[in-house]
Amino acid sequence: MSRRANVLRLARLHLKLGALNELQYRINFWVQLFNSTLNLGTGLVAIAVVYNQTDTLGGWTGAQLLAVLGVHVLIGGFLRTFVVPNMWALIQDVQQGTLDYTLTRPADSQLIVSVRQISIWNLIDVALGVGVIVWAVREMQADLTAAGIASFIVTLLCGASIVYAIWLSAVTIAFKAVHIGDLMDILNGVYEAGRWPVTIYPLWLRGSLTVVIPLAFAITVPAEIISNRIEWWWLALPVGVSVAALGVSRLIWKWGVRNYSGASA
Amino acid sequence: MTRPRAEFSLPRYYRAGMRIEFQRELQYRVRFFLMLLGFMIEPTIYLVVWTSVADAQGGEIAGLTTGTLAAYYIVWTLVRVFNLGVNPEAWEWRIRKGRLNEFLSQPIHPFHRDFAFFAGAKFIWTLAWIPVAVFLSWIFDPVFEWAIVNVIGFAIAIWGGFTVRFLMLYALGMINFWTTRGTAIFGIFVASELILSGRLVPLELMPEWIGDVAVWLPFIWTFQFPIDTFIGRLDPIEIVSGIALQVLWSLGLGLIFVLVWKRAIRRYGAVGN
Repeated sequence: MSRRANVLRLARLHLKLGALNELQYRINFWVQLFNSTLNLGTGLVAIAVVYNQTDTLGGWTGAQLLAVLGVHVLIGGFLRTFVVPNMWALIQDVQQGTLDYTLTRPADSQLIVSVRQISIWNLIDVALGVGVIVWAVREMQADLTAAGIASFIVTLLCGASIVYAIWLSAVTIAFKAVHIGDLMDILNGVYEAGRWPVTIYPLWLRGSLTVVIPLAFAITVPAEIISNRIEWWWLALPVGVSVAALGVSRLIWKWGVRNYSGASA
Repeated sequence: MTRPRAEFSLPRYYRAGMRIEFQRELQYRVRFFLMLLGFMIEPTIYLVVWTSVADAQGGEIAGLTTGTLAAYYIVWTLVRVFNLGVNPEAWEWRIRKGRLNEFLSQPIHPFHRDFAFFAGAKFIWTLAWIPVAVFLSWIFDPVFEWAIVNVIGFAIAIWGGFTVRFLMLYALGMINFWTTRGTAIFGIFVASELILSGRLVPLELMPEWIGDVAVWLPFIWTFQFPIDTFIGRLDPIEIVSGIALQVLWSLGLGLIFVLVWKRAIRRYGAVGN
């Protein structure tokens, strides 16, 4: 079997094991469903309060903003299902010095640290996100073409890769400063900024969310495509950014591992 | 020569605890800087959204001008960090990992230790808030209507808000003694706070009935009340009665905590690592 196929099989196995592990705890499903609904509810309240006072926010209608919220919830669900649990495990490994066990394994270390954990119930957010997007599209009564829908799905995949790359890079850089468990809270705060279209932010924040932490391409651009605010061929932008982000995160990971000296002993 | 005997007293314990925490926070500068940046994001989002809505409406919504909104959210930042307490997830961790033993083995109630440590961190947060406030003021042009009573009132109200919120979180944390699914209840707390405290928007912008409900709940006294006091939207009578309500809520929540704690601690058995 080729090395590549082997790597994929390893990833699949890890994910399956993690999912099965979590599926034992049925009540977590209800807790998660409850919390996700509550979260979505407060997001909707915020939009309702804004559009109670105005018809458009920085050129965005209520239905279009609903699309942004939907993408935000969907990508957030992906993040919390696949990325965040792995990053927590990685931080813990670095703090306790147990990352050595992973680094000494023959398979690619980035792959292993990225697929070890999965919080399957957070997929509820993905489902809710899809629901909100469908609702938004119906509200907008936009004419969606097949090309539009297909490119929207591509941009969502790009968005998922971008957030993965951001989280992995940030946590890897944090190897250098072991006391940075709060980093995850900060990243969470940054992610919240994506709930509104970045075009309404002042230049410094918009710039940071485009260049430094490219959430704009992960959330705003997909929402613009599904809202018909921009042509489908704009998807080239998130595709390019996601490839670049994955490449940079790979470089950062290699750099991190090279400079990693363990925190134990 | 006789050495002066170090007598234990609660005020002395608090002073020492606060000083330790102040020094500890001072050590981690990068983390600190990052946390500040993180804390700036939430108010900036609200600020941007609401100032652009107000601008679109001719500079004012529901009687709030863009300047007042800017002032509101700039002070919000300080109140937010000031309000941090031991969240219920931390209680879950303490109980699940058996870390509570360490607290229980001390003769002093863990509440004092937590409260003193969190109170100590406030001083450094306040210092750190100044550059944030300067930066945000430079961008958003806040309007404050200051009188001396507002400044004095705020100095009390912000501690009152912290105490109320700290006690709420602390009492909520006790749920973890009974269940390992406390997160659902904590979720309700977060959502209620967001909507009913003025954390998301000043309650004037909410439907009227929400404001009517909010005055009967503790949340508003932890966010909007201290903020409104500072930016000069309240008169002396409103300030004094608000502080009185903070005291009442603190006493009530404190009583609830004491009653629950007695039962909770009987249930406690460390789960261990």
